[in-house]
Amino acid sequence: MSSDSTYESYYVPHNSPLPIFASLGLFLTVYGGGSLLNEIQSGSGGNFGTTVFAMGGLIMATTLFFWFSKVIEENNAKMYSQQMNKSFVWGMSWFIFSEVMFFAAFFGALFYVRFWVVDWIGEADDVVGGRGPSSMIWPDYVPEWPLLNNPNPEQFPAPAGVIGAWGLPLVNTLLLVASSFTVTLAHHAINDGERKKIVGWLMVTIALGLAFLVCQGVEYYEAYTHYGLTLSSGIFGSTFFMLTGFHGAHVTIGTIMLIVMLGRAMKGHFTKTDCFGFEAAAWYWHFVDVVWLLLFILVYILGT
Amino acid sequence: MSAVIENHHDDHHHGPDKGLMRWVLTTNHKDIGTLYLWFSFAMFLTGGCMALVIRAELFQPGLQLVVPEFFNQMTTMHGLIMVFGAVMPAFVGLANWLVPMMIGAPDMALPRMNNYSFWILPFAFSMLLSTLFMEGGAPNFGWTFYAPLSTEYAPPSVTFFIFAVHLMGISSIMGSINVVVTILNLRAPGMRLMDMPLFVWTWLITAYLLIAVMPVLAGVVTMMLMDIHFGTAFFSAGGGGDPVLFQHVFWFFGHPEVYIMILPAFGIVSAIIPTFARKKLFGYDSMVYATASIAFLSFIVWAHHMFTVGMPIAGELYFMYATMLIAVPTGVKVFNWAATMWQGSMTFETPMLFAVAFVILFTIGGLSGLMLSIVPADFQYHDTYFVVAHFHYVLVPGSIFSIMAAAYYWLPKWTGNMYDETLGKTHFWLSFVGVNVTFFPQHFIGLAGMPRRYPDYALQFADWNMVSSVGAFIFGFSQLLFLFIVIKCIMGGKKATDEVWDGAEGLEWTIASPAPYHTFSTPPELPERSMA
Ligand code: HEM
Ligand SMILES: [Cu+2]
Repeated sequence: MSSDSTYESYYVPHNSPLPIFASLGLFLTVYGGGSLLNEIQSGSGGNFGTTVFAMGGLIMATTLFFWFSKVIEENNAKMYSQQMNKSFVWGMSWFIFSEVMFFAAFFGALFYVRFWVVDWIGEADDVVGGRGPSSMIWPDYVPEWPLLNNPNPEQFPAPAGVIGAWGLPLVNTLLLVASSFTVTLAHHAINDGERKKIVGWLMVTIALGLAFLVCQGVEYYEAYTHYGLTLSSGIFGSTFFMLTGFHGAHVTIGTIMLIVMLGRAMKGHFTKTDCFGFEAAAWYWHFVDVVWLLLFILVYILGT
Repeated sequence: MSAVIENHHDDHHHGPDKGLMRWVLTTNHKDIGTLYLWFSFAMFLTGGCMALVIRAELFQPGLQLVVPEFFNQMTTMHGLIMVFGAVMPAFVGLANWLVPMMIGAPDMALPRMNNYSFWILPFAFSMLLSTLFMEGGAPNFGWTFYAPLSTEYAPPSVTFFIFAVHLMGISSIMGSINVVVTILNLRAPGMRLMDMPLFVWTWLITAYLLIAVMPVLAGVVTMMLMDIHFGTAFFSAGGGGDPVLFQHVFWFFGHPEVYIMILPAFGIVSAIIPTFARKKLFGYDSMVYATASIAFLSFIVWAHHMFTVGMPIAGELYFMYATMLIAVPTGVKVFNWAATMWQGSMTFETPMLFAVAFVILFTIGGLSGLMLSIVPADFQYHDTYFVVAHFHYVLVPGSIFSIMAAAYYWLPKWTGNMYDETLGKTHFWLSFVGVNVTFFPQHFIGLAGMPRRYPDYALQFADWNMVSSVGAFIFGFSQLLFLFIVIKCIMGGKKATDEVWDGAEGLEWTIASPAPYHTFSTPPELPERSMA
């Protein structure tokens, strides 16, 4: 890239009210959310929390809408150089890296619990040897994974069973892997400039994403009603729902991103050289897909 | 195409807007740097007042001023505010001011997001501080917020603490992404990575550390939130979880975090010492490699904070040796600074005084760290004042001194005026004496067995505690002098030249003093290989 010529046009935006509104929105969202949680815990209504939370969410959503519109508008006005695009590319890549680390924390927790804690609580451990204090408190505890027999069943009633890998989770795997292909096909269509195909493949991708979310909803329903596998059914439920739940949230975000891209594609945006927004959404989608594959292997296949 | 761009250039080439809205709406890296620095200073004074409450209570044995519950809130809030509110934002502020000027960039890569990163912070810290007035009081479980103290036994305000940490994390991650992207993408044409000033290098690596570990911090507070409000069992053995899991995840963030608070300091000192020794920095390449090694090692030593928690013996040994290894690249740096000064024609203006003090006193902190890394020794030292002495030596005459050195060093460039040298030196000597009188005795009372985080203590610790408290008040109040010096410098003073310091190298000294509102709208010509 000839940085000499593009450098001069690096775009530095003028003053903007977007950041302060976004900060306010974010603050009200978490402050309201926090108040709501505390109100629920202390059994005192929840009106204040709900109101502030809703206000914050609304401000946040509105601001983000205007923010992204502004960026798209500036891009369409050709105010962004190649170099600016590169900043976006780097920015998105590092953001995805931060997301990877967020999931790493939960995968790490799963690993630690599964390989050490479950045994340590039963003291079935070479280093300590024999039965120790925790097995005196909880003599009926059996170290195993999935944990169907919690140390303290009064506080944490154990699940009767867990979701197997080869039912809905397998279907979900196929759905997401397929969607990674279809989003790539949409990308190829952009490169070829075939508008109809872009829209078509994006629609398929979004449909696959939504199907995934529906399946996950069904799976959660089964877990809660058939197995008694809940967030509060001990460490298996905790890790299971937090990992799959955060993943599901990311699928939701990814789907929203793709829907926005669909709208833009219908408006005629995206050419071979100008499709960063689409690419960012696609990378995010692939990232979500890879996390799912890890989940499928580590949580479902090896974990159940 | 170019018409649009030119129009735009026209309307942002005039100076800053007037009034408050300039600061609220700004996208200018210098404005945002200033905001960060003032915010950090406000937090520094707030956290400092809390420290003085702590030291006032500890002036004598017995309970005099505050109830133990409040004492615990003070230690907790002091730590959180100093780490997340004072030290980190100060470094981000310096990065904002300096990185674009040092690499010849027109601004940060993503200016609106830059302003967003800043404005989250006042909200986050207002929320955190508001917990002091909530029912049940502020967080009282220590800045390391170990579960189950911070979950099952926490005051209700913990929920707001958790969300405040989330906000700080979001702010840090966005800020760091901006720094990384700016450095990787906006360097003046021809500036290779190995030509960058060390401050830029250390910040690049710091930003990488931040992006890697702030999400882990977000993860651990999320687990707390779920345990508290949604019945999960992450940190509860009754459900198959483990409080020790908390410590592992926290310290996986926490140890890199302490390097996040020291690497930019290394960069600052590596800029200042060559200037006032009038020599090139000794061993530029080895400085870069040492910084990278420290960053790498900082990911694999976290459990040295957990030696007494109970780990398999292999774990204890591994974490001991890995921790000791960090002393090697750290030593490389200290030797390089010393070698830079060796036979230099040195003068001791205020920034240099702070920088030299940094090298000596940080090294003391490094050495006590080495003592702490020895497992059997740590069994004795852990959770005593010896640990408090260790980390205050690396953080106060380490990170904080470097920030002050940076302020004095670059203030003339920022304001166009020289600060008052006599007052600056007075500030230095008061701080220097204050810091050592405060924290050196804590080594003794720690080795003698005084535990940390208690409002009361046994009589044999009385003398050194009294000394320590006196030192703390000297240090604390001398910071008001710093405030005065900075304000005086902004208001006026001897005009600074563009180069400011003879012998200073780097692009920031090639532009006018005060630095114009917009710099390097077109990339600068690099002087022949002068950066290294
Ligand atoms: C040679 C380098 C270093 C070594 C070998 C080292 C080692 C250690 C060890 C083993 C501990 C745990 C002590 C205990 O709790 O029993 C510790 C605590 C600590 N260190 Fe260091 N350290 C080093 C440098 C640093 C630096 C550069 C910083 C920050 C700028 C730092 C900040 C801290 C903090 C904040 C704690 C205490 C955390 C707490 O429990 O509240 N250390 N260090
Ligand atoms: Cu550490």
